[in-house]
Amino acid sequence: MSLWEYANPVKFMLLSGRILPFLTGVTAFCLLGGLATGFFDTPDDYRMGSTAKILYVHVPAAMMAINAWAMMFVASLIWLIRRHHVSALAAKAAAPIGATFTLIALITGAIWGEPMWGSWWEWDPRLTSFLILFLFYLGYIALWQAIDDPDKAADLTAILCLIGSVFALLSRYAVLFWSQGLHQGASLSLDKDQHVANVFYQPLLLSIAGFVLLFVTLVLFRTRSEIRARRIRSLQMATNA
Amino acid sequence: MMPDLGIYTTHVIAAYGATAILLAGIVALSVLRSYRLGRDLERLEKLRASKSDG
Amino acid sequence: MIALLKRELTLALRNGGGAGLGLAFFLIVTILVPLGVGPDTAILAKIAPGTLWIGALLACLLSLDRLFQPDFEDGTLDLLALSPLPLEAIAATKALAHWLTTGLPLVIAAPILALTLHLPAQAYTTLILSLLIGTPALSFLGTIGAALTIGIKRGGLLLSLLVLPLYVPTLIFSARAVTLAAEGQSATAALLFLSATSLFILALAPFTAAATLRIHLN
Repeated sequence: MSLWEYANPVKFMLLSGRILPFLTGVTAFCLLGGLATGFFDTPDDYRMGSTAKILYVHVPAAMMAINAWAMMFVASLIWLIRRHHVSALAAKAAAPIGATFTLIALITGAIWGEPMWGSWWEWDPRLTSFLILFLFYLGYIALWQAIDDPDKAADLTAILCLIGSVFALLSRYAVLFWSQGLHQGASLSLDKDQHVANVFYQPLLLSIAGFVLLFVTLVLFRTRSEIRARRIRSLQMATNA
Repeated sequence: MMPDLGIYTTHVIAAYGATAILLAGIVALSVLRSYRLGRDLERLEKLRASKSDG
Repeated sequence: MIALLKRELTLALRNGGGAGLGLAFFLIVTILVPLGVGPDTAILAKIAPGTLWIGALLACLLSLDRLFQPDFEDGTLDLLALSPLPLEAIAATKALAHWLTTGLPLVIAAPILALTLHLPAQAYTTLILSLLIGTPALSFLGTIGAALTIGIKRGGLLLSLLVLPLYVPTLIFSARAVTLAAEGQSATAALLFLSATSLFILALAPFTAAATLRIHLN
């Protein structure tokens, strides 16, 4: 019995079907709880005022936007090396979610930036790399949709994902060279003195957990859809033949 | 009930609103697609079952 | 390999497509910018590096979708794959031919167009250097995009969406180098970064493109 057992679509469907209801409940609890306490129950920051509340959506969304791509990177590698279909489909399922998170991070960042920096958009390294990340997501999704043969599509998008990872990182450092940053550093760190105060910290952790769980739930859910779509395709081919 | 957001009320509400809309959107799309696929799959499976019977 | 290079070059020149069209496109883009921005010399001089580089980037994109597609359709690619030459070498040769027919003319034409944009005199060496170092990377990256989009209907648009984000590091370093030189500062650091990026791409792209081609050939 190993983890690879779940690479079998039937086993995956069984297990994911069993844990999804539970997972959905926990996700809803963390996400709504985190955002609600963030929105209703946190004090204003002395410098940022009530806009500090935006961070409870901005920070988790931004984190997950990057982690979603990282997950797609790992899933693509697994597909290329071990040829597990579930892995390829999970990467496909994750891309629109990652793109949505990126968009949320960009939009909430713009709304936060308008009163704080005095403009909706600054060509700051972090903002710019997020915009580039968004483009990578779009390209990845578009390539999946453009190719009919599912295995070929999985291969080609996996390669694109690997190349995209390398160049997203490269761009990240290239934009540092290109402009000075306005964006503050990380708000979270293991070093206690570094990160934000506790009143802000706990709701933030809860909403980060909410976003992580939301991502996991949605990926499982959408992977199930992809497996069904694949099954429909093979059934249709069988009946037409 | 409603916290006092001071001068930034529109900004905070807009940020939360945009997030809610986008998250609801991706969830709705996923559920809708899953529902459609489930329906199609059921129909196809039935079709196949009836064929193998006959 | 040399025979293949010769074949690619004659094909590109005979079609009249590659070289001429890319160059004309480059010309049009750099003429349109002053028309859009206005004839203010100071502004034009300031945006000249970026304009020239974006023009070069777009001109490079133009002929990419014909890089593998015709050979894939008429079976030449299958024959090439059977030849003793590894696919990596074939991809590299294709990229080289693409650069010779589109990149190199751009390098030669850029200084002339830079004159019309009033690029400061001290920036010309850096402009030519940056184009010489940077444009091969554009062609090599292009082979990845071209290989990924083989067989897709209207793949040209998708190709731009896939390839343009990959051009970001090259664009940043090279345009920065020229801007620095135009401002009279040292562009060495930017040029070194650009060279590193280009070398990395030149080393990586043939393998990726070949791996992609293998998926199509199976």
